Amino acid sequence: MSNPHELSTSVHAGTETIAAKPAMSPLKRTFIALLHNRLALTGLIITGILLLAAILAPVLAPQDPYDLAQLDIMDGRLAPGGESMSGLTYWLGTDTQGRDLVSAIMYGLRTSILVGLVSAAVALVIGTSIGLFSAYAGGRTDAVLMRIVDIQLSFPSILIALIFLAILGQGVDKIIIALVVTQWAYYARTVRGSALVESKRAYIEAARSMALPDRSIIFRHMLPNCLPPLIVVATMRVAYAIMLEATLSFLGIGLPVTEPSLGLLISNGFEYILSGDYWISFFPGITLLLLIVGINLIGDALRDILNPRREG
Amino acid sequence: MSSYLFSRVIQTIVTLFVMSLLVFVGLYLVGNPVDVLLSSSATPAERLEVIQAFGLDRPVWEQYFVFLGKALTGDLGNSFVFNQPALDLILQRMPATLELAFVALVMALVLGIPLGIYAGLKPHSLVSKSIMTFSILGFSLPTFWIGLIMIMVFSVQLGWLPASGRGQTVELLGVPVSFLTWDGLSHLILPAFNLALFKISLVIRLTRAGVMEVMQLDFVRFARAKGMPESRILRVHVLKNTLIPLITVIGLELGSLIAFAVVTETIFAWPGMGKLIIDSIAVLDRPVVLAYLMITVIMFSVINLVVDILYSVVDPRVRLEGGSR
Repeated sequence: MSNPHELSTSVHAGTETIAAKPAMSPLKRTFIALLHNRLALTGLIITGILLLAAILAPVLAPQDPYDLAQLDIMDGRLAPGGESMSGLTYWLGTDTQGRDLVSAIMYGLRTSILVGLVSAAVALVIGTSIGLFSAYAGGRTDAVLMRIVDIQLSFPSILIALIFLAILGQGVDKIIIALVVTQWAYYARTVRGSALVESKRAYIEAARSMALPDRSIIFRHMLPNCLPPLIVVATMRVAYAIMLEATLSFLGIGLPVTEPSLGLLISNGFEYILSGDYWISFFPGITLLLLIVGINLIGDALRDILNPRREG
Repeated sequence: MSSYLFSRVIQTIVTLFVMSLLVFVGLYLVGNPVDVLLSSSATPAERLEVIQAFGLDRPVWEQYFVFLGKALTGDLGNSFVFNQPALDLILQRMPATLELAFVALVMALVLGIPLGIYAGLKPHSLVSKSIMTFSILGFSLPTFWIGLIMIMVFSVQLGWLPASGRGQTVELLGVPVSFLTWDGLSHLILPAFNLALFKISLVIRLTRAGVMEVMQLDFVRFARAKGMPESRILRVHVLKNTLIPLITVIGLELGSLIAFAVVTETIFAWPGMGKLIIDSIAVLDRPVVLAYLMITVIMFSVINLVVDILYSVVDPRVRLEGGSR
């Protein structure tokens, strides 16, 4: 699982691609192009539905899966479609503690998406800052920073996550830190690459000759032009972060049992698979799969839309 | 070349040092392994005895320097849990992990390259589109979940293949391997395919992209123009130029297969070193965690170095430099 998304770092800066009315903002133009792409639209719909389910879980879920008063051990391991003593139908069955899986999955989605988004956002900010700084500083600073990035990227992400989880212990904050550490380097390298290309362009030279302050050149002029490849990397990285968190939680070294993400739900059903009670692991897994496919479809389409040189 | 090698060795040593310091101090701060290891009924006197036996009563920097001094002589300390040298524990389990990773790599190449070539040559055919859909799925499917589904289908429902363990092994050059016996092979298929799935998708994509790029280059057009048969163009011109970049990928992916074996080993109860490290993290068995990480880091550094050198051999345009690359 190392890195399919590394491919996306080869995306080059350049937005002057989509033939559209010049009055439209690039963001809006990209969004409209996404809506016209069948696969991307599918991805947007899937991701949208899952996101809504996660946000509205406390309202929509038939049961609060972590309120012990609402659970009845007598309802444990009911097959999908089974009914509880109190007449509630469990469309996706229940786990060993009699927890409704639909509710558990909705709450699990909340945790998974939260961890994925927060870690990707923090890594994005840190990585982008370092990448921009590295490109702008150049020389020795650049060489040292990029060597660190190279070394880090030569190790599989799961190994780095393992190291940091071993050091930090368990917890939502801990896993977010571990995911940030595994990911910042991707953003740093992407941004530095496109920043180097941009810094040789005439508008940066113009800004420099006007003696604009460094900060304003970097953030007002350089950064916006580095955004297209960054958006692509960020989309793919969110999916990857969610997957990595699920994997680590499945291994029992990610999130604690009190904050069950989709990975932990799958892990809870692991031992019952051999006795044929497939649903406890199966449905959380399908949900995770849909979420990741949805985000990847959007990312794939974004890469095509934002990169003029790519064909087919 | 020698200055290049030298700088790489220095780099590896620095990485090892930083990593060991981080992990050592980190594990020290997370908790006291004695709390996990001793039962709650242990008397304070017993507790103290164990703490002293492990040297845990001394300040952390002193513990680290003791560890460092011993590590230089090849002694990474005894496991708190097994009371055996941590290095031995890792080395005993390494062949199982390496076998799993190699078989997965071979699967990825044997399946991925032909499918990728086909998809690259006929990008618009229905088969190619199915291949590409499969590869997107391969990227998106959570490996651990697919492992569970494979157990569910092939072991529980169909009963074709065993769900866990390594099966019968035979010695090959003093190393136990399982792919030479039918029992061992049947145990190997599911975990290896599970581990390979992601890499198959990756190899398909890379091969396809390579073929599509090379097909448009001038030398292929020229070969066509002078009437060279299509099969020869493919064999001589396209394949050679596509496979060179794959070398780098294969090397790096071998490292990642070894790391991700952690997941597959946990699912299929494969007795490799990945399973050991997960258990050791849980009980704060510091010597084993450190030994695993040190060995893996060294292994990766060697793999990366070999890949870089190989790459410069097959593609003379790439130069190895000691300084910044």
